[in-house]
Amino acid sequence: MSGTFVGMPAFPAAARDAVRDTTLRGNLRHATHTIRAKRANAVAELADWAELREAGKRIKDHTLRHLDHYLVRLEESVTAAGGTVHWAADADEANRIVTRLVKETGESEVVKVKSMATQEIGLNEALEEEGIRAYETDLAELIVQLGKDRPSHILVPAIHRNRGEIREIFAREMGEWGRPAPDGLTDTPAELAEAARLHLREKFLRAKVGISGANFMVAETGTLVVVESEGNGRMCLTLPETLISVVGIEKIVPTWQDLEVFLQTLPRSSTAERMNPYTSTWTGTTDGDGPRTFHLVLLDNGRTDTLADEVGRQALRCIRCSACLNVCPVYERAGGHAYGSVYPGPIGAILSPQLRGIGSEIDASLPYASSLCGACYEVCPVAIDIPEVLVHLRERVVEGGQVTRAGNKVVLQPAKGHAAERAAMRAARWAFTRPGVLRAGQRLASRTRRVHPRTLPGPGRAWSGTRDLPPVPAEPFRDWWQRTRNGKGGAR
Amino acid sequence: MSSRERILGRVRRALADVPEDDTPYERAVVRDYLREHGGRTVEQTVDLLAENLADYRAVVHRTDADGLPGLLAGLLAARGASTVLVPPGLDEGWLAAAGVTRVADRAESTPAELDRLDSVVTACAVAVAETGTIVLDGSPDQGRRRITLVPDHHICVVRVPDQVVSSVPQALERLDAARPLTWISGPSATSDIELDRVEGVHGPRTLEVVLVG
Repeated sequence: MSGTFVGMPAFPAAARDAVRDTTLRGNLRHATHTIRAKRANAVAELADWAELREAGKRIKDHTLRHLDHYLVRLEESVTAAGGTVHWAADADEANRIVTRLVKETGESEVVKVKSMATQEIGLNEALEEEGIRAYETDLAELIVQLGKDRPSHILVPAIHRNRGEIREIFAREMGEWGRPAPDGLTDTPAELAEAARLHLREKFLRAKVGISGANFMVAETGTLVVVESEGNGRMCLTLPETLISVVGIEKIVPTWQDLEVFLQTLPRSSTAERMNPYTSTWTGTTDGDGPRTFHLVLLDNGRTDTLADEVGRQALRCIRCSACLNVCPVYERAGGHAYGSVYPGPIGAILSPQLRGIGSEIDASLPYASSLCGACYEVCPVAIDIPEVLVHLRERVVEGGQVTRAGNKVVLQPAKGHAAERAAMRAARWAFTRPGVLRAGQRLASRTRRVHPRTLPGPGRAWSGTRDLPPVPAEPFRDWWQRTRNGKGGAR
Repeated sequence: MSSRERILGRVRRALADVPEDDTPYERAVVRDYLREHGGRTVEQTVDLLAENLADYRAVVHRTDADGLPGLLAGLLAARGASTVLVPPGLDEGWLAAAGVTRVADRAESTPAELDRLDSVVTACAVAVAETGTIVLDGSPDQGRRRITLVPDHHICVVRVPDQVVSSVPQALERLDAARPLTWISGPSATSDIELDRVEGVHGPRTLEVVLVG
């Protein structure tokens, strides 16, 4: 994945700083609560929501179980429709392919539709190194790009910024990139959107190369689908002469008819709308309408490794609606940046460690960035059991075991930081299987209860810093039972 | 080994647990969801389309075939539009009463030229009542995708009830995947600033839909 987040502290450290930022918490709370309530209404309009959710789950599961077949089918149909298909095993390869394709056009700037895949591979940075300027055209991505910031939400990447901060960024930075913000810009959303419209329109009208992702790819017909609101997507998909789409290999659906499920569940789950303002579909190239050249870059970058994990593979069903972020109590307080990944929130906590492996400190900590409350599973339109995968990944972190990295099976060593926990669990298992030892230990604990410390020493200090240690009773339960009930004829 | 072979090889190894006789697509995907939501008469379906379009801030008008030229002329005049972009196959009669300059979308016209035009008038392929959506498929009466994108004012004419369906599944049945499709639900909008909805960022800021029946 992208180098953007290298050097991120583990989730607990990043989250500790984030929760102290009261502006951030205020912005996030307002946003997540607003959309949460709206989503519930939008979903309630469809009496068959449960059936749509089940169908979505099954379509994606079936596709993943036969992904090789559908990838080849997609390649055939895209090629037949006039497109060119490229395969990229990792981020570097994808960046090299896109850079080469842009250079072949002779252009040195591109306009971009918001895309998680290109964020994931750090495409903008890779293009910049080769002297190609990439302009983000989604309003929120523009705010993030101008603010030299990172996205913090899948759907609303600048969710952590309020209108005052956005006004400030526009007034300060727009002039550096093109048309400056108008004088006397206020912080009303309408004025801010107008400033973005004027700033970006000059870029759209001269752009020769557009870069996008896709929400769906239809294997049967070779059709790509982009769902958006602002029209920046339509601009990038229609006006340039060359279109390059970088899409994760898991975004396939088998048939045209399958779109009927996702075009109902995605808008309602993500923006809580019956339908997003614009949906564009394109099948290769069309004579006289839109780009004359179309390239599809199919991206692996850890997806086949994720596919190899029978429990974890369900994360690849994700359609990036971000409903799970908006209901997550941990995300609401910690914010998206704390996850150290372009995929924040509950889905990020299971997707990032699988795509990147759990070798780094931040990735090993992500499966713990959850209270396991299950709200994310309840709202997921493709029924990904996020808590199940979180627990599965925690086991991997603590116990180690076999995983697939870059296509090879490797045995993962247990994480070092958890040695104390494993030792404690081993000791507990030993004691629990020996009644005499357990009884002796409990009696000892009871007799010494007055001298027990209120907080734990050493590595346990952080744990007891926010919790009360349970008081040890004056007498172990077994002794109490013996004393009060023994000899009275059992329980009755 | 090419990356294509490498990725396909990884996929096949990753799926070693999937049996040869895995449930085929037709049985694996159960479609017991609804084809449309609620029972409605044709008239009610058209009313629902109007209601949902308006809910997403499209301006909805209703007329019959005879009233259409007058209505379009009035809408363009009210807007002060003097130049109107017209797709090649638009019904000649629709703009007969409008005192405007019609501009054809030529292959060599640049996006900047389109940007200077006041309005665009098109037909549509299908409209979806439950979601308040019109779909354009690039047919001659709708034109290329860019003509309904660059000008700031789009008037779309929907023939009711023929072009109206209830639901997304019914709309997909009628559409051809090989054509470039644009689904439009209300004018361009953003909710990126504190989730306050603002109409009109990059697409047309005003969408008027005329239901002709």
